[in-house]
Amino acid sequence: MKRSRPTSSSTNLKTPRLDVRSRAELKALQSLMATAVFRPLTAQDGMQPRWLDGRRTSALAESFIKPNERLTSFDRLEIYNRVYWFRVLDCLYDDYPGLRAVLGERKFMKAITAYLAKYPSASFTLRNLGSRLEEFLRDEPNWIAPRVELALDMVRFEWAQVVAFDDEARPAITPDDILDTRPEKLRLGLQPYLSLLELNYEADEFLLAVKKSESAVLRSEASNTFEAMPHVSRPAKRFRPPKRKRIHLAVHRHDNMLYYKRLDPEAFVILKALRGGATVEEACLRGLSSTKRIGVDWGEEIKAYFNIWASLGWFCRFSKK
Amino acid sequence: MSIGLGVTGVPANSFNNFTEYGIGIGLRVPHYRHILGQKPVVDWFEIISENFMVDGGRPLEVLDSILEQYRVVQHGVAMYFGSADRLNREHLKKLKRLVKRTGTPWLSDHLCWGSVDGRYTHDLLPMPYTFAAAKVTAGNIREARDFLEVPICVENVSSYAEFHASEMTEWEFLSEVVERADCGILLDVNNIYVSSQNHNFDPYDYLNNVPHKRVGQIHIAGHSKFEKYILDTHDHPVLDPVWKMYAHAVKLVGRTATLLEWDDRIPTFDEVHHEALKANQFVDKLENAAA
Repeated sequence: MKRSRPTSSSTNLKTPRLDVRSRAELKALQSLMATAVFRPLTAQDGMQPRWLDGRRTSALAESFIKPNERLTSFDRLEIYNRVYWFRVLDCLYDDYPGLRAVLGERKFMKAITAYLAKYPSASFTLRNLGSRLEEFLRDEPNWIAPRVELALDMVRFEWAQVVAFDDEARPAITPDDILDTRPEKLRLGLQPYLSLLELNYEADEFLLAVKKSESAVLRSEASNTFEAMPHVSRPAKRFRPPKRKRIHLAVHRHDNMLYYKRLDPEAFVILKALRGGATVEEACLRGLSSTKRIGVDWGEEIKAYFNIWASLGWFCRFSKK
Repeated sequence: MSIGLGVTGVPANSFNNFTEYGIGIGLRVPHYRHILGQKPVVDWFEIISENFMVDGGRPLEVLDSILEQYRVVQHGVAMYFGSADRLNREHLKKLKRLVKRTGTPWLSDHLCWGSVDGRYTHDLLPMPYTFAAAKVTAGNIREARDFLEVPICVENVSSYAEFHASEMTEWEFLSEVVERADCGILLDVNNIYVSSQNHNFDPYDYLNNVPHKRVGQIHIAGHSKFEKYILDTHDHPVLDPVWKMYAHAVKLVGRTATLLEWDDRIPTFDEVHHEALKANQFVDKLENAAA
């Protein structure tokens, strides 16, 4: 096949050019471009004018990207830098409406920008983009001060919903499966999609109010471009913070619909114990030893708990993993 | 010029065994309710593989319902054949599970890169058009095909940057890669148009010079014009210059499975489907002329 002539350099000859004549050189070019793409934007949503070592970013861009008559090398690299940030910020903007309502739009955007700068996506799917957000905010609570506890509650609650939406469902255990096993020997697994949360605020009611007020925003799936920062076109709304109250929540799905279910404190302790590998007997004893309620028929209460949990399909075979 | 018009059951070329697939559309969330409830007649659906590479829940339930009624072809956005890093084996394993589930007759992904050292840009970044890059890319495609055990078509991406390092044109690079990998092409006509405007080349040079016998699928889509460049936004109907290119492309490659992509500001299912079916008129015209 006839080949085009190799491109001759026509601009700044002093700028060293990157060649790609081996896998190693391809890797070097891709690493350089990725570093540029991952760098946070300026306050004006542009690419940073200075590189990590203090050089002009434009000089760096010229070393590997051609300009044309309309766009400089910097301009062309900047398109990718902007698209990356618009895409990932848009994703977290949609996935964390509760955290956004707690912090306010501006503070939320600063927090998630800092998060993504520290933890760029490490998964092929944007579904996992917020997987380390709680860890980041615990390490750097200045981004969510003064509402640290509430923000952390909300992050945990919203990540639990990601898990509940599409995490694995193992075959549910039926009463017949466990009929012959005594409670002191029986260990039950809990479905991977089920999250158990102990929260300091009524995050569930707060999030329902937030979601009710927002129309669903659908994420683009395959186009490789984004036109604007997510906060530009969407109106901000202020919400009254939720009440401070210790609650226990199960975030799960049933018939592939997402649900949050409040749990009694004792029920929460039993489920946590089961997830930790305790036998049914041990778990129930832990639940009962934690109770402050009196005058309860605990035999009937625990039976009712297990009936409901089994009917929701929460139990599966116990696995040490 | 070859006019590989496929007669029913006869492949138009060795990489297009599904000549009669017709016109498909991308399966998108806003249309789920309509599709599952109304069961409209659609030739086939293209799914974004990564949206269904999950362990459970609603996505797989919807997919299984769709598979009961429709033919499904997988299209990926994160295999990154052009990455200097080796392919991610965990990604491939998940993809293979999905391939088994869907029975996709072929699988496509992009001629691009998008991750480095396990960090993902979630973008389709352009390649430097060099022989070394073509060799790496073709090796990755072969590895994926061998592991997945399904034919692969690679799609040309729209791009906004060109590299000093490039040694050839984009269509020469595409040709080099698919010949080395011995794989098919998903020819995205809109992407060719977008890149031709951004990089000042004649899009018909591109169409005329790719190996037509390897084109197994065609994409069409809408784009957005900005002051200094065009963006591949998939949020509009197909524009006239792209339809003209599509007409030219089917003259060159014959009847080929064609898909309309519409990913943002998604209108009703009927609007999207109606837009996609416009492609039929170009194929019909060609077949009438041949008759």
